[in-house]
Amino acid sequence: MAEEAAAVHIGRIAKQWGKKRGSLIMMLHAIQDQRGYVPRDAALELARQVDVPLARIYEVLTFYNYFKTSSPGKAVVSVCTGTACHLKGAPDILAALGEELGVADGEASEDGNFHLQSVRCVGCCGLAPVVTVNATVYGKVKPAEMRGIIGQWQDRIDAGEL
Amino acid sequence: MAEKADIGTLAAEERNAQAARKARLFCCGSTGCLSSGGGAIANALTEALAGHGLADAVDVVPTGCMGLCSLGPLVRVEVPGRDPVLYKEVDPMIARLIVAEHVVPAAGAGDEGFELPAFFTEHILPMDIPFFTKQTKVVLADSGRVNPERIEDYLAADGYQALQNVLANMTPQAVIELIADSGLRGRGGGGFPTGQKWGFARQAEPVNGEKFIICNGDEGDPGAYMDRSVLEGNPHAVLEGMLIAAYATGATEGWFYIRAEYPLAVDRVEKAIKQARRNGLVGKNILGSDLNVDCQIRLGAGAFVCGEETALIHSIEGQRGTPRPRPPYPSVQGLWDRPSVVNNVETLANVPAIIRNGPEWFHAMGTETSKGTKVFALTGKVEHSGLIEVPMGMHLREIVEDIGGGNPADKPLKAVQTGGPSGGVIPVDQLDVPVCYEQLTQLGSMMGSGGMIVMDADDSMVEIAKFYLGFAVDESCGKCAPCRIGGTQMLALLQKVTDGKATLDDLDLIRRLSRAMQQASLCGLGQTAPNPVISTLRYFEDEYMEAVIVYSDPSSQDWTPRGT
Repeated sequence: MAEEAAAVHIGRIAKQWGKKRGSLIMMLHAIQDQRGYVPRDAALELARQVDVPLARIYEVLTFYNYFKTSSPGKAVVSVCTGTACHLKGAPDILAALGEELGVADGEASEDGNFHLQSVRCVGCCGLAPVVTVNATVYGKVKPAEMRGIIGQWQDRIDAGEL
Repeated sequence: MAEKADIGTLAAEERNAQAARKARLFCCGSTGCLSSGGGAIANALTEALAGHGLADAVDVVPTGCMGLCSLGPLVRVEVPGRDPVLYKEVDPMIARLIVAEHVVPAAGAGDEGFELPAFFTEHILPMDIPFFTKQTKVVLADSGRVNPERIEDYLAADGYQALQNVLANMTPQAVIELIADSGLRGRGGGGFPTGQKWGFARQAEPVNGEKFIICNGDEGDPGAYMDRSVLEGNPHAVLEGMLIAAYATGATEGWFYIRAEYPLAVDRVEKAIKQARRNGLVGKNILGSDLNVDCQIRLGAGAFVCGEETALIHSIEGQRGTPRPRPPYPSVQGLWDRPSVVNNVETLANVPAIIRNGPEWFHAMGTETSKGTKVFALTGKVEHSGLIEVPMGMHLREIVEDIGGGNPADKPLKAVQTGGPSGGVIPVDQLDVPVCYEQLTQLGSMMGSGGMIVMDADDSMVEIAKFYLGFAVDESCGKCAPCRIGGTQMLALLQKVTDGKATLDDLDLIRRLSRAMQQASLCGLGQTAPNPVISTLRYFEDEYMEAVIVYSDPSSQDWTPRGT
């Protein structure tokens, strides 16, 4: 059933974009927006529906940092590593989060709930250093505050909100 | 075909409606202020106004960036006949107080005097501080004044007048000459004269009846958010600039390429295009003329190299964003091999103002070779971190010390970095230079797209060089060897320096590798990637030498004789 729903979803994306020029990246965005990443089955389904070789899809998918090919977990914790954040202690923030979650940069926690990553400038340089969890932005953060932030999200996960 | 809308009437109606308001409250709704809680402020203001029965008499206007991002969320209160007041670090509680203690009494006080209660003092940001008074706003003039999600607001601020004027009274050639006369140069970093670029595109024959205008909104420099702020704060100005460019060059379709990491900017441009289309400003027979241009958006997907125009074009085509050798330049052979003009967001945003005010007005600002203003994202170790716009030719020291307000920690400043991973550092004793394309290049940095990062004594220049080079290495697309291999090798050498294991030979090798990358790389990314290293070596060689000297000291534990 879930697979059918996915096929329908991709069908809709293919219908909206399939005939437009230069739409492959837009279709991959649409898939990732819906599912959090671009699963292999979705890429296969897209290849079938818009008649593009799978290799061509992966060629693009793996070139761009933004696209994920594995599930990112419920709460994606991103540490901005733009210059302003770097100068104001982003490496310390990343270390504190790594310690708190017990993972390294780019890894997911064992229970799959949290995914820690360093990201390119998010453009909130006036608020440096910046951490985002999913779409929530935390500005002017300190390493000692990381435990509290993770705790809030753990509570939300425990409450089944995510 | 009947004209769909008379934009003059819409503008007049909006101006009348605004003038009838007892007060207008502007709250910053850009990514920066929304992140620091700005989303709740507009709601709190609206609810409070309703509570006082003023819902219809007072506007709450969500706007683009007001500039002082580090003190957000910002709210500006304008009551006719009184000086505007700017509030900083507003929370919902303060928002309710602003309505109860400022808006209600001030709006009701008539001609009598009105004094703000003293308890507001710590939330009021004086508007006569150098951060505001030393700026000159052209591109950002309406950011913070108009609601970016309402075309009526933009129309009331003289929006689309330039387009109307161009279509009714000017030939495409005349538009190109006017822009050339103004001296406008590309704001994405390259600094190529815009009029000239448009001229090349004008001459190029359409292929299959098509020619494109592309807006480069792939702002990837770490520490820079000018384009994001312009797209978020005044998307219609960029769109109007694009339409004028389309008319001048003969382009048949417009493309916005915007970073996927900027969802708010994407959303606002999308709305702007829709509203413009509804009002006959985008599509067929624009404003009743023969101009037919439709506009579309394509998203980036996290690749810095896509800021390079040929890589960007590949990305719009839905391919890997790798660059290709130029010539042929995009103005001859670009998107899907059609002639294409690629202009930066800020460049296009300048165009309507130049048409409205005339080329002389624009030409009068700036230096001999760099005209107009430049938007910078001033960040790092300064008191006032935010989005600023200054006339070209202003001295860097004035920007950092007056507008930026100097270092909050009172530590001595060390350097200012401009141009991001493609630029370099300028040491603090050389800050008395005017901001212009040539001067900054001469100092070993560059204008770049507008990131300006202030560094103090705490920041190691070798670390900074390594940070930027690491960025370039990560973002190298891997197509050409000088960038792919040279960058990686140079990063390893810098690592050696910071590990205290480098020799003088290594420094020499870094210099040689830099030259090789500059000369042999395929695109701007590789050609400029060594710049942060070269400029730190130029001005802060002592910091490199410290690491090397430690190693050369035989009493040092790690020391092994050279050559063994």
